[in-house]
Amino acid sequence: MTAVAESTVHDTSQIPAPEGSLTVTVKIQRFNPEIDDEPHWESYDVPALPTDRVLNLLMNIKNYVDGTLSFRRSCAHGICGSDAMQINGINRLACKVLVKDLLAKKGKQTTITVAPIKGLPTMKDLYVDMEPFFEAYRAVKPYLIAYGNEPTRERIQSAADRERFDDTTKCILCACCTSSCPVYWADGSYFGPAAIVNAHRFIFDSRDEASEERLDILNDAEGVWRCRTTFNCTDACPRGIQVTKAIQEVKRALLFKRV
Amino acid sequence: MADSTSALALDKPRSPRRPAARRNNFELYSWVFMRISGLALVVLVLGHLFIMNILDGGVHRINFAFVAGRWSSPFWQFWDLSMLWLAQLHGGNGLRTIIDDYARKDNTRFWLKMLLYVAMAVILVLGTLVVFTFDPDIPAS
Ligand code: SF4
Ligand code: SF4
Ligand code: FES
Repeated sequence: MTAVAESTVHDTSQIPAPEGSLTVTVKIQRFNPEIDDEPHWESYDVPALPTDRVLNLLMNIKNYVDGTLSFRRSCAHGICGSDAMQINGINRLACKVLVKDLLAKKGKQTTITVAPIKGLPTMKDLYVDMEPFFEAYRAVKPYLIAYGNEPTRERIQSAADRERFDDTTKCILCACCTSSCPVYWADGSYFGPAAIVNAHRFIFDSRDEASEERLDILNDAEGVWRCRTTFNCTDACPRGIQVTKAIQEVKRALLFKRV
Repeated sequence: MADSTSALALDKPRSPRRPAARRNNFELYSWVFMRISGLALVVLVLGHLFIMNILDGGVHRINFAFVAGRWSSPFWQFWDLSMLWLAQLHGGNGLRTIIDDYARKDNTRFWLKMLLYVAMAVILVLGTLVVFTFDPDIPAS
C-alpha cells in the first residue's frame, strides 16, 4: 500500500464510551479527490463494545471526529446492500460484522482495517462508483420476460420449480462478490458473479421464457466461461448464496443446452 | 432489421418465444477443450515422464537409437504427436486467457497474442514434421 503520513492524531474523545467498551484502532483508507492524488491510510483509536458492528464505529468517527468520512449505508441491517467494503482484507457488509469477531488475541491492540471494495473506481473514501456493476446487471435482463398473451390468472409455479432458483433470489446487489473476483479486477469486461447470479434467478424460473436470450448473453466472451472457479465470490457473499455453484449451473445449461 | 427480435413481443403477441441464436460458441468449446485435453495430458505426460525418467535406467539409456526405436512404432508416434498438439493448444489457450486478463492496452494484447500464436505455430509445425519425417537411417554421430 501507499506510504502513509500517519502523523495526525485524531481526537476521538468526543465519542461516547459506554461501560464495558475497549479501545480498538480503526484504520481507514481515505481518499478525497479534491485534495489527494492517491489514497492514504488514517487511524482512529475509538471505543467499541464487542457487540458493536463495524458500521457503528464508522458512524461514530463520522459523527464525532471527521464529518467528511464518506461511505454508503442505509438500512444498517444487512438488507439494502449499500455498505459493502473490505474489512480486514475481505469483502463484507460493515453492518453485519461484529467487533467481537475481529478482536486480537488477549492483550494485543485490535486493529480493524477498512478499505473500499476493489475493481470499481473509488470516488471518495469508502465510496465507489457502482455504475459498471449495475451496467453488467442490466445487461443480463434481470426481469421476467414472457411472450404471448397476458394470462388472466396468476402464473402458477410448483414448489419444486420455485426451489430451483431459490438461492439466487436472495441477492441484495451489494457487489461483495463481483468486487472480490480476480477475473473482474484484472479484466474489467467480465460480467462478474453478481450479474450471473441474477441471470440464474430468471434462467431457472419456470415462468420465464427468455432463458435462451440470457444464456446467449452469458455465452459470450465476457460471460461465464471467464470464471476460474476460485470461489472468492461464494466466500464473500453476505447472503450465503452459493455463487460459484450458480455459475456452474449456468455453464452446465449452456453445455447440455438444457435448463 | 435486426431489431425485430426485441420488437417481437409487441408485434406478434401470439408468436412463440424467440428462437435460439447461439451466435458464437468459441468460448464454450475452448472451455470444454481445456477440461478434456487437461485430462488426456495427465495420462500422456505422466506416462511420458515415467518411460523417459524412471523405467529401466531412466534418462541414461536415452540416445538416438532409443528414439529411433520408439518412433518406428506408430503407437509412440501417435502418443508423442497427440502430446505435442494437446500441450501446445492447451498451454496456448491458457496463455491466451492470461493475456486477455492482464494486458491493459489493446496494443499490448494484440502483440502478445501474435507472439504466442507464432510461437505455437512454429513449435507445432516443427514437432509434427520431426515426428513424421524422422529418418532412423541417418548415422548417429
Ligand atoms: S468463482 Fe468465478 S466468479 Fe467467483 S470469484 Fe472466482 S472467478 Fe470470479
Ligand atoms: S450474490 Fe451475494 S455478494 Fe453478490 S451481490 Fe448478491 S448478495 Fe452481494
Ligand atoms: S447498510 Fe444496508 S446492508 Fe448494510
